Amino acid sequence: MNKIIRFIPLVLVIALGVVLYRGLSLNPQDMPSALVGKAMPEFSLTTLNDANKTVTKSDLAGDIVLLNVWATWCPSCKYEHPYLLELANDPQLNTQVKLYGINYKDERLAAQHWLTNYKNPYQFSIFDEEGTLGLDLGVFGAPETFVIDHHGIIRKRFAGPIDIRVWRKEFEPLIKQLTDEKQQGI
Amino acid sequence: MLNKVLFIIMMSIASLFASNSVYASPVETFEFQDEVTKVRFHALSKELRCPKCQNQNLADSNSPIAADLRRELYELLQQGKADSEVVDFMVARYGEFVLYRPRVSNVTYILWFGPALLILIGITVVIVILRKKPATKENLALDNHQQKKLKQLLQPNPKSENSNVTKEEKE
Repeated sequence: MNKIIRFIPLVLVIALGVVLYRGLSLNPQDMPSALVGKAMPEFSLTTLNDANKTVTKSDLAGDIVLLNVWATWCPSCKYEHPYLLELANDPQLNTQVKLYGINYKDERLAAQHWLTNYKNPYQFSIFDEEGTLGLDLGVFGAPETFVIDHHGIIRKRFAGPIDIRVWRKEFEPLIKQLTDEKQQGI
Repeated sequence: MLNKVLFIIMMSIASLFASNSVYASPVETFEFQDEVTKVRFHALSKELRCPKCQNQNLADSNSPIAADLRRELYELLQQGKADSEVVDFMVARYGEFVLYRPRVSNVTYILWFGPALLILIGITVVIVILRKKPATKENLALDNHQQKKLKQLLQPNPKSENSNVTKEEKE
């Protein structure tokens, strides 16, 4: 009995070491979104290309949606832009998901120029000048990407730029799952 | 002398009442209709965490998102929302993460009660250790039975024991 007690501190130290070591590899920026599992919030904003055209939540309904938060002031958005174009031009993916943008706290003209210069991967971009939709989505930076299922429920939120590695790891399995769900009528 | 002290006291009381309800944060200036709202804004912006710059609260941070949230906080307070409603609003969007004082829930029990539990364990260990009788002269001394045995062991043979006895008797 006494011998076992003697080893308790060693065991505790090892346990603590394991916990702390694990902590080293955790990303503190990686926060679970409060909105995963909740419905897409209501909004009524204009599109980026047409200040007179108002879009609402219902314009996104029915499809599996990738909602990408972007802005011209955001360097990482430039980094991920070519990959978004690639996704938008993937014929197979196009039948499964629709890519929309939220132009977050930006200037309309600058953003329009961006899309003409770098090409437009989005069906349309919602112009969120004040960041109101961003606030309702819990956005705290750009780029961020949300996956919304065909029932309008937010299924995933990813903060940071998307590239092929991120796409394969974070998005592809979920998109496959959602496509299956949609086909089965769940 | 007394006059001076009185003057200072009067002045400080007056300045308390006179402080206009303006609160300047790192970037913007808000005007409040009353002192209570100002204090509440102050308190809430200290308790809410900036989602982007994780070790700063809303009051401290210069980041755009913190400025947005301060403005939102101000507007919610102007609308007459209660503190709990404001906190719910923020948690619904940014998660429990924004609270510097997390709520008591299944997930946070260990956070809230862990330290108290550790102190209790510590106190128990200390009490248990203290209750063990320390080694004093009294409880280290041999009892009668042990004494006898010791004597037996120290004596090489029974004969000498006899002689010892006789010696003692002689003395």
